[in-house]
Amino acid sequence: MKKLTVEVVTPDGRIVNDQFDMVVVHSEKGELGILPGHAPLIAPLIISSARLKTGNESMKVAIGGGFIEVDQDHVTLLAQSAETPAKIDVQRARKAKERAERRIQQKRDHVDFRRAELALKRAINRLNMIDEDI
Amino acid sequence: MIPSLREIQKRINSTEKTKQITNAMHMVAASKLGKSETTNHAFVAYAEKIEEMVHHIVESYGEHNHPIIIPRKVKKTAYFVVTADRGLAGPFNSQVLRRLEEIIEERHHSPREYTIISIGRIGRDYFKKRNMPVLRTVTDLPDSPYFSDLEDLTFDTVQFYLDGEFDQLEMIYNHFLSAMTQEVRSKRILPLISEDDVEDLKKSRHSEFIFEPNEEGILKSLLPQYAESLIYGAFLESKASENAARMNAMRNATDNADKMISDLRMQYNRARQSQITQELSEIISGADAQK
Repeated sequence: MKKLTVEVVTPDGRIVNDQFDMVVVHSEKGELGILPGHAPLIAPLIISSARLKTGNESMKVAIGGGFIEVDQDHVTLLAQSAETPAKIDVQRARKAKERAERRIQQKRDHVDFRRAELALKRAINRLNMIDEDI
Repeated sequence: MIPSLREIQKRINSTEKTKQITNAMHMVAASKLGKSETTNHAFVAYAEKIEEMVHHIVESYGEHNHPIIIPRKVKKTAYFVVTADRGLAGPFNSQVLRRLEEIIEERHHSPREYTIISIGRIGRDYFKKRNMPVLRTVTDLPDSPYFSDLEDLTFDTVQFYLDGEFDQLEMIYNHFLSAMTQEVRSKRILPLISEDDVEDLKKSRHSEFIFEPNEEGILKSLLPQYAESLIYGAFLESKASENAARMNAMRNATDNADKMISDLRMQYNRARQSQITQELSEIISGADAQK
């Protein structure tokens, strides 16, 4: 059976580079499942988790917003941050969540607000991934 | 007067100590440079991919009206200046600041026409002392940075541009060519293309990609991320340059200390010899007087 070559690329390096049967991501319009033979595609990803499946096994990756590019069975997830559950620092995520919540309440300039909002979403996304695992 | 033997010995000792320190700093910088190069290498994959994506979309999309792409009338320019937190790095800091001064001198008549975004204590202190307009400043970034360390600053910088705080963004930083050579670059980051390029881009070419939801929607989130990645990339270059510059400066200092020590040793021996000669002639003349 044909496989997908999946790369997860972040500014801090490539965190996944392997073969999978299927990739499920969350785009702005909803869930998107990619199987081998998919048409070339570029779509933005929301802050969410991506699932990379081989047979019955599934690997999760927390995506801090980014893009998916599908080109001839080569899937690239391009994200400013991405972690597998094992790499997530729970304490750091909790602290980030608290900090972001505080900043949102303070409501300073709107750049700060937007940034805090994104930080909060990313922290919640990370924490969710850990919770699901337990 | 010739300095006494003890004085010379004291200077030799203190130079030896300085040499030990500069030698240690040289080794530290060399190992940090190694790490910087690994970080830069890891970033290249991301930088290339995001650039490729931008090209895919921009090629297939004829209408480019996103403010990140289209130049607007420049009323205010922002300079993103990358310096280090510490000195002792040869010309690393001074050449960046000198370039900034030259550019400002050449282009601007009043401080209202520009603003500065700065990284590093050296830059911060320099601008503060001279009362130059500073929009944002960040110091004490780690030596082996992650993207998240700079995320807030890059995000804010691009947002400021989109909100019209300034109309053009230029980065002034040390570009890493090799461990031996780094050069100061001033690179325009925003808008992403100059007016000449706009016409070229409008000759659109259709690519086979499907864009979800559409090109415009993707550009809206892709372009800011692209711009942020350019800023981060330049920062990494500067970090590698800083470590290389510090390494070279410290190696030169160690070499100089070596030379100085050998000169001092020579002086010491000469002084010792002349002292012995003098003592001998004193003894001989003393013996002569006894006859």
